[in-house]
This record gives sequence, C-alpha cells and structure tokens, in this order.
Amino acid sequence: MTEKVPKIRVRDLWKRYGPLEVLAGLDLDVYGGETIVILGRSGVGKSVLLKQIMGIEVPESGVIELDGQDILTSTRREKQTAYKQMGMLFQGAALFDSMNVLENTSFYLNQHGDPRQTDLITKKEIYERAEEALKMVDLEGTGQKMPSDLSGGMRKRAGLARLIVYRPSVMLFDEPTTGLDPITAMQINELIKKTQQELKATSIVVTHDIRSALEVGDRLALHHNGKIRHITTKEEFFQIDDPVIQTFIQNAEVSKSMSGGL
Amino acid sequence: MNSIPFTKSITSIGEYFLLIANVFWVSLRRPPQFSLIRNQLYDIGVASLPVISITGFSTGIVLAAQAFFQLSAYGLTSVTGLMVAKAMMVEMGPVLTAFMITGRVGASMCAELGTMRVTEQIDALKSMAVNPLRYLVAPRFIGGIVMLPLLTIYSCLMGIIGGYMIAVYYYGMDPQTFLDPLPVHLDNFDLFSGIVKSIFFGIVIVTISCYKGMTSSGGAKGVGRSTTNSVVICYSVILITNFLITIGINSLYPFLERFIPWMVK
Repeated sequence: MTEKVPKIRVRDLWKRYGPLEVLAGLDLDVYGGETIVILGRSGVGKSVLLKQIMGIEVPESGVIELDGQDILTSTRREKQTAYKQMGMLFQGAALFDSMNVLENTSFYLNQHGDPRQTDLITKKEIYERAEEALKMVDLEGTGQKMPSDLSGGMRKRAGLARLIVYRPSVMLFDEPTTGLDPITAMQINELIKKTQQELKATSIVVTHDIRSALEVGDRLALHHNGKIRHITTKEEFFQIDDPVIQTFIQNAEVSKSMSGGL
Repeated sequence: MNSIPFTKSITSIGEYFLLIANVFWVSLRRPPQFSLIRNQLYDIGVASLPVISITGFSTGIVLAAQAFFQLSAYGLTSVTGLMVAKAMMVEMGPVLTAFMITGRVGASMCAELGTMRVTEQIDALKSMAVNPLRYLVAPRFIGGIVMLPLLTIYSCLMGIIGGYMIAVYYYGMDPQTFLDPLPVHLDNFDLFSGIVKSIFFGIVIVTISCYKGMTSSGGAKGVGRSTTNSVVICYSVILITNFLITIGINSLYPFLERFIPWMVK
C-alpha cells in the first residue's frame, strides 16, 4: 500500500534571528486540497514559517518539499517553477502602492503569463481575468482606485484578488482577519472558503483568531516554542489534554466573550 | 564590547558589494523590462533637468566672477573661460551633479524602497516569483549609469553658458577671448575624466540608496533614518571616490598619451 505524499512536507526546519530561535526543528505535512490553520501566540514565528515555505527567507537548515521535491536544494529554475505555483496573502495585504487595484491584480499575469496555460495570454485577457478576480472578492468597479483609497477590509480583498487571479495550487494566508471588524473578518473567511472550494488549492492559514480557524480550517495546528505541538482535526483539537493548548483556547474564549462572543 | 557594531559594519559592506555584483549579474543575464528602464531614465534624467540647470548655471557664474576678480590683478582675465570650462568638466560638473542627484533621486529611491520593504511589498514581489533586484534595482542601476554622464555634460554646458554670460555681459569681456582658448586647451582627457567620474558616481548613488532602502526596518522612523544615512553615506563616498578616481585617472595620463594619443588631444 502506497503512502499518500503530502503536497507540502516540512522537516526539521530551523530559523534563528540572532540568539532568537524562531523555528526549532519544525515538522509539518499538508495534504493536497486541505486547509491547515496554524494557531499560536503573536510573535512565535507563524509568519516566519510561511516566509520560509514561500522562499521569501532562507532557513538555516531543514527540508521543504512541494509535491515530493525539495525546494531548498533544487536548481534556480526548479525553484522558480515551484514558487510560481504558490501565492501568499500578507497580513497588511502588501499591495503595491504605486499601482492601482487593477494593476496590482494583474501584476502576476503581466510578469509571468498564466503558468497553467501554454498559449500566450493577451493584455485584454489579463485585464478580463483581473476584473473577474475583483468581482469574485466583491470589489467590482474599484480597479482604478489606488491602494491608499481603500479601507483595511478592501485592501485584504484586493490582496486576495491578486492571489487568486493566477490560480495558485498552494495558497498561504498570513493573519487574514487580523485588525478587521467581526463582520469584515467573517466576509474574508467566507471568501477564503469560497476561493478554496473553487480553486481546490492547498492552503495554510496562520492566525491567532480561533473563530477564523474554525471557519476555514480542515485541520488545526498549534505552533509553540518553534515547533508544531499538535496537529489534528478541529473537532479533536479542543479535546486535547495539553495545558498549552487549553491555556491558548481559554484565553481566546475569554477575549471572544469580552468582545461580544460568538 | 564594540565588536558587534564592527561586525555589523563589515557584514553591511559585504552585503553591499554582493548587491552590486548581483545587480550586475541580473542586468546582464536578463535585462529588466524596457518600460521600467524608461521610467527610471525619465525620473533620474529628464525630471532632474531643472535642478541641474540651476546648479550648473549658478556654479559657472560664480566661477567666472571669482576667476575674473582674482585674476584681474595679474592681468590673466583672458583665461577665465578656460578656467570655468576646465573646472566644470573635471571637478565641479561631476561632483555637483552627483550631489544634486543624491538629494533629489537617491533619497527618494531609498525612501520608496524602504517603504516597500517595511510594508512587505518587496516580500510580495518575491512571493510572486519576481526578483526584486531585477524589478526594482536593475532599472534604477541602468538609469543611473546612463543618465549621470549625460546630466554631467549638460551641467558643464550650463556652467560654461553661465560663465560666458557673466564674463561677457557683466564684466564686458570680449566673447572671442572667452571662447577661443576652449577648443585649443580642452581635450578629450578632460571629458573622459568627467564621464568616468560620473559613471562611478551613478553606480555609488543608486547602489547605496537601494541597499539602504532594501535593508530598512523599524517602520516610518526606520525608513527616515535609512534615508538620512543613505544621503550622508553617498556624499561621503562621492568625495572619497572623487579623490581616488582623480589620482587614478591622472596617473593614467602618460599611458594614454603613449598608447591612445587621441584621448589626450
């Protein structure tokens, strides 16, 4: 019987910033089409993990595999091909502020064309695809606006449109609902679920928002002391008899009830 | 106790030279899109014309005024034109143009890239498999190398025009006395010297500004600090490299005179 190969496989990943050990031999398996939510306190290195997977930063040591191929030891061309299949939504959306929303959304296609399409993509098609992505995130008619003219929620949605326009097979979300009001946060969660279902992508969501984790995740993981402490289904996650997890859940519950609760 | 800042400085210098090497490499291997280069040529070159005109013109006026005043006691006012032209071509033109471009363009480059860095826009480029060096730095690098020499030549011309106007229309000097010595005594070596300096200054301004911008941290305050540092470092490096290039080029003179004689005519 053959073992199922994870879409993303991380083994013994180490990353330090000076004396601070942020990732300390972290292991993680993410299977094709699933959404894993990595929970953890602020500053434990959840975003750092995404940056290592995305190739934005280079770890000290470890293995990061995409479809069974180690990205870190592969050639420049193989790395380029691997990273073109992946995309990331940043905490602050990271829209290019010298471009309008439509230019931001069409940026990837203008740079690389469509990696899933062998024919050359025309400018007209690129802008149609960008408009379609903006429509998908309810930002129709905002293409000519500059990022500085958008609210926080709109910026996140524009960032999501920029991500989904090229239909990556792996999507990484860094704190997608942080800093948003509960209604906008719910809309973003809905959009993540919707795009996930439509694109059938593999996703990793990093957050400290338990409500968001329950909304979008298939499995939940807790990042603690540079490692994944537990990874399990969301139903089982709350039953784990681990003081670290229970403290995290209880504090999240308290903050939720203080802010109006579920 | 002071080893950490020292190590940090050495690391920064190493990173800076690595950036220069990488920018050369990406620019040669697969040049950036022409539209990106064109935008930088415009920003660095065309948009700087007013400030370079004022700088070159006013420097020429002052040089001519001082030369006329200082040399009149010795009866040497006839060399005013030559003095203005030589000074502009070999020293004042390249250095002042580089200073103005540092203030106008270098500071803006550093602030722009620094803001992109602290707002994760550079990370966003990487996440879309776009090399920030090719997309952001290489067009500026090419723009700097192409436009600095052209702006320097323009600044020299403005200086000579300024000097001519003050010498002829204010001090009443004969126009022929001002202009006649120029083709005789200005040689290709002076032009070569000015152009070599301006190419080096272009590389210095763009690479230091981009390096400081791309390594900014600490939010808006950090970007402000990086911008100030980049301007101060650029000015200092321009002055130091100006001295070194002057010594280096002057020592080449006998070689050029022997093997490439047209260069010194």
